[in-house]
Amino acid sequence: MRHMLNPLDFSVEEIDRLLALADDIEHHLPKYAHVCDGKKLATLFYEPSTRTRLSFESAMLSLGGSVLGFSSADASSAAKGESVADTIRMISCYADIAAIRHPKEGAALVAAQKSSIPVINAGDGGHQHPTQTLTDLMTIHALTGRLSDMTIGLCGDLKFGRTVHSLINAMARYPDIRFVLIAPDELRVPSYIREDVLRARNITFKEVGNLDEAMPELDILYMTRVQRERFFNEEDYIRLKDSYILDRKKMKLAKPDMYILHPLPRVNEIATEIDDDPRAAYFKQAQYGVYVRMALIITLLGLEVK
Amino acid sequence: MLNIGGLKEGIVLDHIEAGRSMDIYYHLGLDKLDCQVAIIKNARSNKMGRKDIIKIDGLLENLDLQILGYIDHNITVNIIRNEEIVEKKRLSLPQKITNVIKCKNPRCITSIEQELPHIFYLADEKKEIYRCQYCDERYNKKR
Repeated sequence: MRHMLNPLDFSVEEIDRLLALADDIEHHLPKYAHVCDGKKLATLFYEPSTRTRLSFESAMLSLGGSVLGFSSADASSAAKGESVADTIRMISCYADIAAIRHPKEGAALVAAQKSSIPVINAGDGGHQHPTQTLTDLMTIHALTGRLSDMTIGLCGDLKFGRTVHSLINAMARYPDIRFVLIAPDELRVPSYIREDVLRARNITFKEVGNLDEAMPELDILYMTRVQRERFFNEEDYIRLKDSYILDRKKMKLAKPDMYILHPLPRVNEIATEIDDDPRAAYFKQAQYGVYVRMALIITLLGLEVK
Repeated sequence: MLNIGGLKEGIVLDHIEAGRSMDIYYHLGLDKLDCQVAIIKNARSNKMGRKDIIKIDGLLENLDLQILGYIDHNITVNIIRNEEIVEKKRLSLPQKITNVIKCKNPRCITSIEQELPHIFYLADEKKEIYRCQYCDERYNKKR
């Protein structure tokens, strides 16, 4: 039985197959309308999320399956003190596949160890968020036609931003990828990403503080929100939240074919004035997210599509 | 040199970094056993200058070499039978250690689910870096 806990759980070849399936789903949606008839997806969301949860639900419903679950820890037996391990054992009796989001790092791994159904990590604290990464990969591939030979700028909260960690892990496996990591000192990438992923694989990267200077060389700019919920100290959050705001003036420095991605929700780090810029890809990204989650559900359930 | 009686049958942990023998004594649970244990501290050593040695009377069935390898993989484990060394075991850093060290990351799932084993994997053998299996938090070995 396969799980999806970390983008590296799947080989590059498996990711390629998954993206090809997602691409086919995008172009032949009716063909997949009954692939999951009679199957149930459990969404175990221990912390608030609109986008990811609805994206999973939309994906399962589009495949003809059904959905059950909870959308906050208060609404689950976690409020009574039940462990993740016990909850997943119970959920395994109710559903065919589960997507779990939890504020603590490693929660999805604990669930997978005790589960008898495939588990998808829908975000575990500041650690990993592999389905967002699959969404990002599909978006980059769909827009540029490749997943290699490009310079990717990651901007904002690179310390707690789990989407950033997952994306670096995944993109580092493709040839000729260069990273520009744009963050204030307090929000630089954690050491394990810098050492075990980037340095260990001799990936070209640089860490800078200034977005304007980095703009001209980027093929992809991945913006992130500085997340209030990741801070223990409100003062630190307020001081850092407006570090980088992408606006029309900054976009003038960018290549004409550079694309902007953002895992959403945004707060104010991307000015709404650039939403109509053809390079703004963050809403398309949300659509690709549904297709790629459909592909993942089909793959983990081992379903055949005629 | 201080004279400690030889072992007829037992285990000698040699080449322990000077000053670390008591850590090892407790990590191996030797304080809970009834057998005779001799701890020699700061013994003179040509190779190390000073070293500690632990002599354990009797052959332990469950000597945890994993923990020993984690604490100090330069230790030599000598197995004694009929007053002779019949086996010398060399240690290596274990790929995985369970419940030897604790994850201190307050965001780790182990911080709220008490029954979970604290498992660390060897992320970098050269630098002796271990990381938490759940959250990837780095553990710095205190030497």
